[in-house]
Order: sequence, then C-alpha cells, then structure tokens
Amino acid sequence: MPLLAVCEISKKFGSLVANDKISFNVEEGNIVGLIGPNGAGKTTLFNCITGIYKPSHGKVIFNGLDITNLPAYKVARLGAVRTFQIVHSLKEMSVFDNVLIGAYLREKNTEKASEIAKQCINLCYLSKMKNTRAGDLAIGLKKRVELARALATGPKLLMLDECMAGLTSTEVNESVSLIKNLKDKGITFLVVEHIMEAIMPIADKVVVLDGGIKIAENHPEVVIQDERVIEAYLGKKYSKKLQIATQGREKDA
Amino acid sequence: MMKGNKKKQDLYWYVLIVLLILIPFIPQVAANSFTQHVLILILLYASMSQAWNIIGGYCGQVSFGHSVFFGIGAYGAGMAVVRFGLPPWPGIILGALLATAVAILISYPCFKLKGHYFAIATFAIVEIFNRLFMVWYWVNGALGLDYPLVEVGWRNFMWYTTKIPYYYGALVLFIIIFGIVRFIEKNRFGYYLRAVREDQETAEATGINSTMVKLSAMALSAFLAAFCGAFFVQYNLRVDPTMVMSLQVSMVFVLVTILGGAGTLFGPLLGAMILIPLQEYTRVLWGGLGRGTDLILFGFLIILIMVRQPKGIMGLVDEYFNYKKMRKVISAESDIKY
Amino acid sequence: MSMFFQVTIDGLLTGMIYALVASGLSLIWGVMDVLNFAHGEYLMVGMYVSYWLGFLMNIDPLISWIASGAFCFILGILTYKLIIRHCLAGPPLSALLATFGLSMMLKNIALNRFSPNFRILTGTFLDGKKIIIGNIVLPMPQLVTSIFALVVVFIIYYIIKRTRLGWAIQATAMDKEAAELMGIKTESIFVLVFGLGGLCVGIAGGLLPSYLAVHPEVGGLFGLIAFVCVAMGGFGSIPGALLAALLIGLVEALGGFYIAPVFKYVVVFGLYLLIVMIRPKGLFGW
Repeated sequence: MPLLAVCEISKKFGSLVANDKISFNVEEGNIVGLIGPNGAGKTTLFNCITGIYKPSHGKVIFNGLDITNLPAYKVARLGAVRTFQIVHSLKEMSVFDNVLIGAYLREKNTEKASEIAKQCINLCYLSKMKNTRAGDLAIGLKKRVELARALATGPKLLMLDECMAGLTSTEVNESVSLIKNLKDKGITFLVVEHIMEAIMPIADKVVVLDGGIKIAENHPEVVIQDERVIEAYLGKKYSKKLQIATQGREKDA
Repeated sequence: MMKGNKKKQDLYWYVLIVLLILIPFIPQVAANSFTQHVLILILLYASMSQAWNIIGGYCGQVSFGHSVFFGIGAYGAGMAVVRFGLPPWPGIILGALLATAVAILISYPCFKLKGHYFAIATFAIVEIFNRLFMVWYWVNGALGLDYPLVEVGWRNFMWYTTKIPYYYGALVLFIIIFGIVRFIEKNRFGYYLRAVREDQETAEATGINSTMVKLSAMALSAFLAAFCGAFFVQYNLRVDPTMVMSLQVSMVFVLVTILGGAGTLFGPLLGAMILIPLQEYTRVLWGGLGRGTDLILFGFLIILIMVRQPKGIMGLVDEYFNYKKMRKVISAESDIKY
Repeated sequence: MSMFFQVTIDGLLTGMIYALVASGLSLIWGVMDVLNFAHGEYLMVGMYVSYWLGFLMNIDPLISWIASGAFCFILGILTYKLIIRHCLAGPPLSALLATFGLSMMLKNIALNRFSPNFRILTGTFLDGKKIIIGNIVLPMPQLVTSIFALVVVFIIYYIIKRTRLGWAIQATAMDKEAAELMGIKTESIFVLVFGLGGLCVGIAGGLLPSYLAVHPEVGGLFGLIAFVCVAMGGFGSIPGALLAALLIGLVEALGGFYIAPVFKYVVVFGLYLLIVMIRPKGLFGW
C-alpha cells in the first residue's frame, strides 16, 4: 500500500481548472518529484493534499486514511507535513522557538520537545543561529528553518514546495544532501522543484504536470526523454544536458 | 545557560511578590488612603490587562470587547449582593462562567474575521452589550446597581474604613493571573499562541488547530477578566453599564498592555504603573481646574508611545539591552585591535 | 402606511450623511489600511467650526461648510504628517491606537474649551422650511444636507475612478512599491488621501449644525457607525460604504420606530455582525 495515494484530484476555481483528475502514488521511503512549468497546478495540488483547499473532486488517501476533507492541522497531525513556497516564518520568534513549535506536536513536555528541536536544528545546520530572530534571516536560511520545523513534527511524509528556489548553489547542494540523509532515516518526500539538477538525481519517481493535467509519471531517466515533457517543460537542450548529468552521477555512484 | 536564566527569572518573580506584600507596611502608604487607592488600581488594571494580553498580546487577536467580560463579572457580583442579598462569591463564580460562555459564543464567528474587521466587530459587540444593559430592567438599566450597607469582612468582601484588605485582594488576583500567564508563556500553549499570532497558515500546517487555540485563549482571558470585573465592583460599591461595559473601558485595558508591551509578561504591569497614577493624579490635580485635562494628557501620551516605540516600554527596555550588548561587542572588538 | 414612508425617507436621509462620513474613512482604510479612530472627532471639529462661524459671524452652514471642509482637510494632513507617518512601519494596530489617543485629545480639548453643553444653531437660512408631499414632511435642512452629502460622495467616487489622480490613488492602494516604481509619489498620495478623508467628514460636519446639536461627544457615535459602514461595505469600497450607510440609516430609523428607540443601535450593530458573519470581508469586499 502506498503511503500517499492521490486519486483523480480535480480543483476548479470558477471556470479555471487548476487540477484535472490527477492521480499518482507515493511509496513509503521514496523521494517523489513533482515538476512542471509555472501555473501547472503544483502548488494547488499541494494545497488540496494538505487540506488548505477542498478538492472539487477526487480523494487523497494517506497511510490508509481518507484525508480529503480534513483540515490542514489534522493532516499535519497524521504525519503529512508541508513547507510553503512563500516562506511564512514566525518572524518575531527565534529560530529555536520556530522549531520548538514543530516539536510540540508530538511532545507536550517542554524539555523533551526542546531536545527534539535541538536535534532537528543540528540536522539542518542551523545551530549557529538558533537564537536569531527568524524574521532577520536570509531567504535560504528561512527555508531551512521551515524544513527544520516540519521535521521536528516527526513526519512520515514531508512535502516541500520549492524549498530550493532562490538558494545559492552551495545551499542547494546542502539541501540535497540533507534530503538524502533524511530519506535514509525513513522519511518519505514529495518535492515540488524547479531546479532539475537538484531533484533528478535523488528522485525515485517524477510526476510532471502541465496545465493542470498529469503528462508523465516515471523514473527520472525516462521522464527526461519523454517527448511531451521536453515539449511542455524541459526543452531539448536542457533535456540533453540533464541526461548527461544524471548518467554522470550514476557512474559516480 | 537557559537553566540559569530560568532560575534568575523565578527569583525576580518571588522578590516582586514579597515586595508587593510588604508595600502596605511602608508608613507613608499605610497613612495615605489615596496612595492605597492608586496601588489597588494599578494591581487591578495590571491584572485585567494581563488577562487581555493572553488573547490580544500573545495570540495577536486584538479584541476591543473585553469590557463585556469585565462587565459580566462585575454584574455577577453586583447582582448577587444587590438583588439577592448574598455574599458576592456565588455571583463571581457564575459571572466568570457566564463570561466564558459568552466569550466562546461570540468569538467563534468573529475569529473568521481578520485585522480591522475583527476589531470593528468587537466594537459592535461592546456597543450592543452596553445598550442592552442600559435598558435591561432586571439589572437596573442605566441607573446601575448601588451596594447596600452590609457587614464588613472577607465573607462579603467589603470594607468601608480601610483599603488594605482590598489591596491584598487585588494582589491575590495579580499573583494568580500573572502566575497563570507566566506558566503559559513557558509551555506548549504559550508557544502555540505566539505561533498563531505570527502566522496562522504556518501554525495550521504544523498541526496546530488555530481555531481551538484562539478559542481557549479567549475563554481563559474572559474567565480571568470576569474576576477582575467582580473585584472592581466590590471595590467601587457601584456598577452601571458605562462604568464597566463600554468602548472606553475596553480601550484602557488595550492601552495599558500596549503601553507596557503587548505579548510580554511584565508589559501590563509596567503599563499600569505609568498610566494609572497618571490618570489618578492628574484627575486630582487638574480635575477642578479644567475639564478633561487629564484625558488630553493621556491621549497625548498614547500618541507619543505609538509614534516613538509601538512595542511599548518593554520595547524600550529591549532596545537598551541591545544597545548595551552592542557596546560590549564593539568594545570587545576594539580590545582585540589594541 | 404614510408613517412607514416617512420613517423610510428619514432613514435614507440619515444614511446619506453616514455615507459621506464613511467614504472619507473608507478612502483612508482602502489606500493605507489604517483605521482612523479620530474620524468621528473630525466631524465634531467640523461641526464646531461651522457652529462658531454661524454663532459669532452669522455665516450660514450652507457657506461655512467650505471652511469646515478646509479645516478638516488640514487637520487630516497634520494627522498624517505628525502621527500616522510614524506608525506605518510599526505593528498594524499602532495607527489605530495612536488615532484613538488623538480622538481622546480632540474630544477633551473641545470639552475643556467649549463645555459639554449641547449647542444648536438657530435662524439659519433653511431653518424651519419644509417640503410637504401628501402626508410626508421633508424638513429642508435635513434634505439639503443629505443631498449635498450624496453629491460629495459621487464627486469623490468620480475622482477615484475617472481622473489621473484617482488612478494614482488606486495604484497606491493596490501595491505601494509598484506604484512607486511607476513614478507615483506615494507619500504625497498618502498625505492627500488623509486630507481628502478629513475633507469629506469636514463637509458633513459643516452642514450638520443646521439641524443637529453640537457637543464634544457628538463624533463618537458617528465615528462608530462610519466604521461599521466601511467594514460592512468592504475594504475601501466607496459604493460598498454608500450602500451600507443607506442600509444602516434605514435599519436605524425603522428599528427605532417599529421596535423601540433604545434598540435602534442594537439592531444596527446586530445587522452588521450578521452580514459580516456571512461575508467576512463585507458586501463589496473580496
């Protein structure tokens, strides 16, 4: 049984169809990439899965439970936690407090929760600035605080919405290795990403959306060569470059 | 390091309580009933503003409707004494429960509103309650309730010749309410309150039921506010709708908190320590000289604070410590150079 | 039945005044997201200006509204320059609380200078004149003031929708930074908007003393009703505020007549809460 099953999700805003009967599964322990051009409906789909929007049609099954109409906080409590594309850090609070809020989800006791928060902060390389006001951080660090907070809730499935956009290449590499580490700890990922070099090498599967429709779902190497994906999103040159890059990485591995 | 801080804070807190207990033994205070009056009001308004601070400061839902809960508490005690000839205690409990129920009923729909819409809705609620109480015959309408002469003592919570017991009554209220907030501040609920204030969407995505958090904060806040109202009427020996249930009264709670620093533990106390003496002493000094001079000054002070330091006195304190820290860093750096 | 019509028309006439007071507030709210708590006190100031001009110099409110409007225009600008400008960077409610302080000052200065007495202007040009249609009596002071108010609301609306200045104001309201990049001096727009807000309410205040008594507390209720109109109408929408104001005037008059005068504001505020529960951002909000 997959950890997350998205079954024929549709979302309409008036006459605009943002998602049209999208289905795919996320298997436990995998990293699944969700890619597509701007306006393809990736964030809308995220919002439907996490209970921020009510889908017009379809079902979302998480860990065997129907979460389609659950409010966002219940989805999070079940263990499907997300970050936002536009960071919403808790500005006036310190980095540590931001993460502590996540840790409180599973642990009421302040001392134990602080312990969890500390671990997550270390995992995300944030220990240096744990007393800084979250609002004062640069964008890359803010995104990492988001990730740390989500991580502290002890999720089964982490859903990252463009957590690498706007980062420097060093930061991207750090994030990629972080995701890999977390995967080894048994966390499943669903990642919306535009930076193909980052997502393609680590993803077990990629789902491609275009205009609200799923146009491909397969292993990254296959998706890169898919005609429709190249036409809709990647472009020929980029596809070639990516193929070389992925092959190179595989040889390295 | 954090542990050490905690112990230090605990120490400050207990020292403060001991000082407050000892204040009436100062001869100047013991002899001057007006000073006692001001001290009682400071403690009362600090407590009431702290009750408001739970929802308005920590949780960021700026309600201008708290005089409704304050008023219900006041009327609870007042009705028990005036209408039913009982000691105030059952009325206080009933009033507090009623205020909590009203708070939950009216704030559940209001929490759908954001920002100014929420503020204006709470204005409207105060006005509705004010006007209803004005014409409600059972609670004596606009005339209000005047306390009869009853036996003095703790049973009736009433004294005529001395103010000292009132002072200790207010101190108990102060310790309970500040104690509760002190406890909340360091625990999960306190963090959740702040998370909801900072960003509701993030809070929800982190598994926080923000509606529930806001409702509980509002309920707790209203419950405590009702006790403050009850104390007020027992001290004042009279209650009418304008006195306890109007926008002006609500505003005082908000202003005291914001002046001191919203969302901070000692903000309400600092705010009350400045505003209440200002209000009371100017009233005595200029009350006869010119109408409203105290309020002109009060208004001016509010503008000044909002323009200069919207985070209140606690903001100034933070600024000061940051400045000192910076100085330290700078001097440390210059040490390295030479 | 004729009583019903009479009450309805009275209500609509009151509503038009509310509309003028509210549109000034709505403009400020819409452009700057600031709730000006002293708005009702501007009205009070405007009324005193008009009253004293009438009382001391025999100038009719039909003329002295110009002076009241100008006075409140300047008052608005001063409020912005001295207070609001410094609050915009702070927490969202600091401007509201600062203007609350201002309202307290203005009210008590009026109390201090002019005493709490109710003052009414007699012997004005329109005083005592009325139009009678069938059973319905239309007192001229109310009628002229209300229609005048409605005209001013339309002029303001026209300026916002149809002139270059109005577009600049709209652009500033939508996105301050983007407007600045387009070469709009948003600071001047803010000053102007605050002035215009004062102007609206000043004109209303200038006309009102022809039939309404002036006293230091007169602004409080008007201010509160203006808040309710604006919130009911929706964020910064002048048509919304107009509709809400007419509705409130109507409900106030009918509620006062058919239920009981003491309940009229309970009905008004109750209606507001009901509407806002159904549409949290007001009738015309989104």
